[in-house]
Amino acid sequence: MSKSKLEPNVLEEIMAKTGTAESSVIAILQGVQEHYRYLPREVFGYIAARLGIGVARLYSVATFYENFSLEPKGRYVLRVCDGTACHVRKSIPILTRLRAELGLSEATPTTEDLRFTLETVSCLGACGLAPVLTVNDKVYPAMTPEKASELLSSLKEEE
Amino acid sequence: MERLTDRAALGAYRERCKQRGGLLKRQILVCCGTGCMSGGSLDVYDRLKRVLEDKNLPVAVNLELEPHGDMIHMKKCGCHGFCEMGVLIRIEPQGFLYTKVKVEDVEEIVEKTIIAGEHIERLAYKTGGETYKKQDEIPFYRRQTRSVLEHCGHIDATTIEDYLAVGGYTAFEKALFEMTPEGIIAELTAANLRGRGGAGFPAGRKWATVRAQAEPQKYIVCNGDEGDPGAFMDRSVMEGDPHRMIEGMLIGALATGADSGYIYVRAEYPLAVSRLEGAIRDLEKTGLLGERILGTDFSLNLKINRGAGAFVCGEGSALNASIEGKRGMPKVSPPLYAERGLFDKPTLLNNVETFANVPRVIEKGAGEFLKVGPAVSPGTKAFALTGNIANTGLIEVPMGTPLRNVIFDIGGGMRDGKDFKAVQIGGPSGGCLTPKHLDLPLDFDSLKKAGAMIGSGGLVVMDSDTCMVEVARFFMNFTQNESCGKCVPCREGTRRMRDILERIVAGEGEDGDIELLLELSDTISATALCGLGKTAVQPVLSTITYFREEYEAHIYDKRCPAGVCTKLKTIAIDPIKCRGCTKCSKVCPVEAISGVVKTPFVIDSAKCIKCGACIETCPFGAILMGSPETATNPVEDMQ
Amino acid sequence: MKKEIMIVDGIPVALDGERNVLSVIRKAGIQLPTFCYHSELSIHGACRMCMFEDEQGRLAAACSAIPEAGMNIRTNTARLRKYRKTILELILANHCRDCTTCQFSNDCKLQELANRFQIEDVRFPNTNLLRKIDASSPCIVKDQSKCILCGDCVRMCNEIQNVGAIDFAGRGSKMTVSTAFNIPLAESTCVGCGQCASSCPTGAIIVRDDSQLLWDAISDENIKVTAQIAPAVRVAIGRAFGLGGSESAIGQITAALRRIGFDEVHDTVTGADMTVIEEAAEFVERLKQGPHEFPMFTSCCPAWVQFAEKKYPELMENVSTCRSPMQMFASVIKASETDTRRHFHVAIMPCTAKKFEAARSEFAVDGEPRVDLVITTQELIHMIKESGIVFSELEPEAVDSKFAGLTGAGVIFGVSGGVTEAVLRSVSDDKSQTGLKFLALTGVRGMEGIKETTIEVGGAKLRIGIVSGLNNASKLIQKIKEGEHFDLVEVMACPGGCVSGAGQPIAHSAEKRERGEGLYTADRHMSSKRSDENAVVAALYEGILKDRSHELLHVHYKPREATQC
Repeated sequence: MSKSKLEPNVLEEIMAKTGTAESSVIAILQGVQEHYRYLPREVFGYIAARLGIGVARLYSVATFYENFSLEPKGRYVLRVCDGTACHVRKSIPILTRLRAELGLSEATPTTEDLRFTLETVSCLGACGLAPVLTVNDKVYPAMTPEKASELLSSLKEEE
Repeated sequence: MERLTDRAALGAYRERCKQRGGLLKRQILVCCGTGCMSGGSLDVYDRLKRVLEDKNLPVAVNLELEPHGDMIHMKKCGCHGFCEMGVLIRIEPQGFLYTKVKVEDVEEIVEKTIIAGEHIERLAYKTGGETYKKQDEIPFYRRQTRSVLEHCGHIDATTIEDYLAVGGYTAFEKALFEMTPEGIIAELTAANLRGRGGAGFPAGRKWATVRAQAEPQKYIVCNGDEGDPGAFMDRSVMEGDPHRMIEGMLIGALATGADSGYIYVRAEYPLAVSRLEGAIRDLEKTGLLGERILGTDFSLNLKINRGAGAFVCGEGSALNASIEGKRGMPKVSPPLYAERGLFDKPTLLNNVETFANVPRVIEKGAGEFLKVGPAVSPGTKAFALTGNIANTGLIEVPMGTPLRNVIFDIGGGMRDGKDFKAVQIGGPSGGCLTPKHLDLPLDFDSLKKAGAMIGSGGLVVMDSDTCMVEVARFFMNFTQNESCGKCVPCREGTRRMRDILERIVAGEGEDGDIELLLELSDTISATALCGLGKTAVQPVLSTITYFREEYEAHIYDKRCPAGVCTKLKTIAIDPIKCRGCTKCSKVCPVEAISGVVKTPFVIDSAKCIKCGACIETCPFGAILMGSPETATNPVEDMQ
Repeated sequence: MKKEIMIVDGIPVALDGERNVLSVIRKAGIQLPTFCYHSELSIHGACRMCMFEDEQGRLAAACSAIPEAGMNIRTNTARLRKYRKTILELILANHCRDCTTCQFSNDCKLQELANRFQIEDVRFPNTNLLRKIDASSPCIVKDQSKCILCGDCVRMCNEIQNVGAIDFAGRGSKMTVSTAFNIPLAESTCVGCGQCASSCPTGAIIVRDDSQLLWDAISDENIKVTAQIAPAVRVAIGRAFGLGGSESAIGQITAALRRIGFDEVHDTVTGADMTVIEEAAEFVERLKQGPHEFPMFTSCCPAWVQFAEKKYPELMENVSTCRSPMQMFASVIKASETDTRRHFHVAIMPCTAKKFEAARSEFAVDGEPRVDLVITTQELIHMIKESGIVFSELEPEAVDSKFAGLTGAGVIFGVSGGVTEAVLRSVSDDKSQTGLKFLALTGVRGMEGIKETTIEVGGAKLRIGIVSGLNNASKLIQKIKEGEHFDLVEVMACPGGCVSGAGQPIAHSAEKRERGEGLYTADRHMSSKRSDENAVVAALYEGILKDRSHELLHVHYKPREATQC
């Protein structure tokens, strides 16, 4: 982890697509997050300087939006949908089961070995298939705690 | 694809697409909405294509090249709405609908249906002892009025030619060459089209306000930040018929004088983003977007902004702030964003479904539009039907359709024969309706009177196993997590309401809690800064109004009548039934169950998270869950 | 033409282009409660305390509603009272309520409104009991547990000061006011101007209180304690002790300091006169060199100097090398000292950033700072109160004779445009009374944020810019970078100059303007108007400053590492 996350060429490549107007902030952060799977602290000063805004402002935007993470995420990001439709079809037992099996909680969403991140999402709009969960954006429909547990085992084996 | 430089060129190209489309009678439409895609529809599509090609059957994937009549037109179409039954495949000219299709079924479909024209019964939809061969015969579809969604599931959402083949951009053409901006707004006003985003504000009035602003730089913004949990109508439009919505935006820009626009799509909809990107690319190539469209003075450029996970960005001023690259916090009004919105300029902001309604109004005229639904809320409305209902999916009905028809006729009634308890409508801003509201017409004003709102149109049906206090807590928790934090009533008030509700569902409710919830609701709804804050208390208010006795049972009797609230539940093993098989202790994720093989096991209630895994595993039905005073505690009994 | 009228609680009020309904309500004599409204800042609309009710029973926030003729509104209905009380209760439930030990007690708006609305019980558990203090800055102290998230500081730091050290972070009930990554303020872009503190209604950001260090020094007999008093302090202190108006109270302050135990009391005006002489000379010398791309920037304001170092390092060579009056005077005072005891020199300042300036290593001689401690007006007021001194009954006393040479030029340093006017008095060709009066009318005076003027000196037309508020400085620098020419630019970080300093008692803009007028009145009462007429200073140039003026009166700031956060 000693390698610096500040890679100007990566950031410049992202900004070449989005432009450097202040209105591009979110798109830039999305680009950074796609590249690193989170927003490394080191990139903030560079981006803020290129956009001509303060770092506190950039930090302020980054911490407003749920999708941005300042902490590294796991290689597998599991998101249990807890939208209304999934909720009434019992999504919480799925979450409880996965948390228990991974030893995670709301406060600690990522395993120490950075393999798994477990979070909830308000609604994926796949309500017809409720309850759903996604693994790195692939949707798994009509889940149960047992199916989720099996899915987790197969992911662990894939490693 | 051709570059269209004038009206005649557009007309000619559309005609050509129609002819080509008309030639291709044989079609396979594979649903490629998010639901079916997660069921593997892309694999089914690829497999179909390969099998057809292997059998030397000519395939057309789009209308760009000259097709011939023998070709089979394969389409990746948008959501059919019947997500529960995915992967869905429709086969023309027969009109067969195959459900729950798997890759393994492809060979048979090609052999039997495509080549021999036979129906495969095993893949057909069946209900109530009947088998439905054709899509249009299925009650779920038969009882709908598909207008905004008319092409969803029928055209290929990834090509502009398919949209042109069904008469796409006719309304825009008419608006551009035959109508004045005032005329367009007058038509919209006459049609009394009301915004489909939630509050039902008349679109014509909004458009007129933007047009009336002296500032020459104006923006048009489409709100595709469909954040209401349990709603996916807008997503289906963006995925299944993106051009229809963009056509509405083109007309809006023309009418208001905007030359620059944004489509704000929530990040959870990657497919919608890519379909819209594709549509914009096609439009720019054909010259229907960009500078001097079709040789006129009208120009419009569109950009897509992806949200980054903030429900509040569905609120207009917060959405504008987000496009500006700021925190999505709502701003004070006045000024209206129609006067000073995005980048402080006049901004026309409507939601996806509203824009998607516009082409029909302009093409067919206000008179035609008014024929459907009540005069005060004319037209149709798309709803997402979800929860404990037999048929979940996307539907569209005339405004004013009674709730009963939607839930029982189209939705097929409750799942697993349970009782209908409530339907939550309008997401976190809406309320819960009960069996006594079943004959309530679904329109803006009737719902408002009943303490709910259409919102963007999510209908979450709940059965008797649902705890309404828990539902209220769920929504308050949602609102609290999604509150932007700017104004005191929403930031602090919803948090206190959530805390109180959490106490109640944990069996720690106190006398006076209901009154305090009502008092906070009153303050928040009267004083919050934005519409989302003001309406955030609706789920609590409506559940207190209609299910007060459930609150009282939790507070005074420490009992959850629906048996949902885990803190009010206990799980215990009946030592008489337990054979000590160890299955439960193996499945328990938190190692709360212990015992010696072949003797009764016990659950450590301090460790137990009440996930219920043991109950499902127990082959002897020895593990029981219940409220503390109803569940017998066999362990204590033994002692 | 008949005036347009609005009815507020039954009282007709004439409309006169007010920005919002709130201004009309206040014109009607009603103190509508607000937390997040500041006339100088953008409208935030977050506290929801200023709601009013119209005839149809509809509610709206007065800060954002536009006044219209014929509006008939009520501000004090049963509903509104109930909502305000609930909102106050909600705020109090998430606020560290240790009022009796809070430095901001009595100045706190939340405390005032809780009293006014008789909040006797908070029905929700307190969720902000633990204090979350950032005391890293030498200038201000931030305590998140007292923050009510009104955002006044955020808008002050960004809109008025363009410093951008703090902003909102997180959202919903997890929202805080924070530096980037919550780093200590001292490591942020904060320049210590303290305007955030002066806009905070609840004491979540306060001026750092160093008075104990002063008490310790005073009670130590082996230490000689001397003071200098900045110009702006004298016009801001009276109200705290029930004296009306903003006349200079330098005599009473001097008397109070002696009673507290200071061995010597001096007036920073003397230092300001040295600054004028040095700065005028530097300016004339610079003009002789021919045209420059950038103007000469003044250097009296430490927040501005730090802002320039952090944001415009490329401009630093154009910032005057003159030390600020405080530092010039302190150098002279310490260099003149003959007493063998340890010398503890205290500057009484209207300014929080001076605390930072005093500690800068550039001024230290053998590791010893020239100013050992900066005490703000606010701290001085507390010390006087703590001592039990009845300020209003003090007989005015004169400062110590050692450096008691004062001119009007030095006095007006405390207000925006004052430094410029003082320098112009020295370099101007016409040194008559009429000439001086004429200078006052050239546009250098007034509380406007950006003032520009052109003055002819020695046949040359000099273009001068005067800005206060650092965002205005940024705006002017932008214009200069785009090619507009200026010869001299005076920058004061606080809007209106030092009279509005964050170390001063919290005041409305009208009171700040009065303080400025108080300094101009003091100037009129001075027999000498020009710094070069100051006999004491002239004598210093013949004495201690002979051949040492550069060493004692100028400074070359070391390049600071550009702060990224």
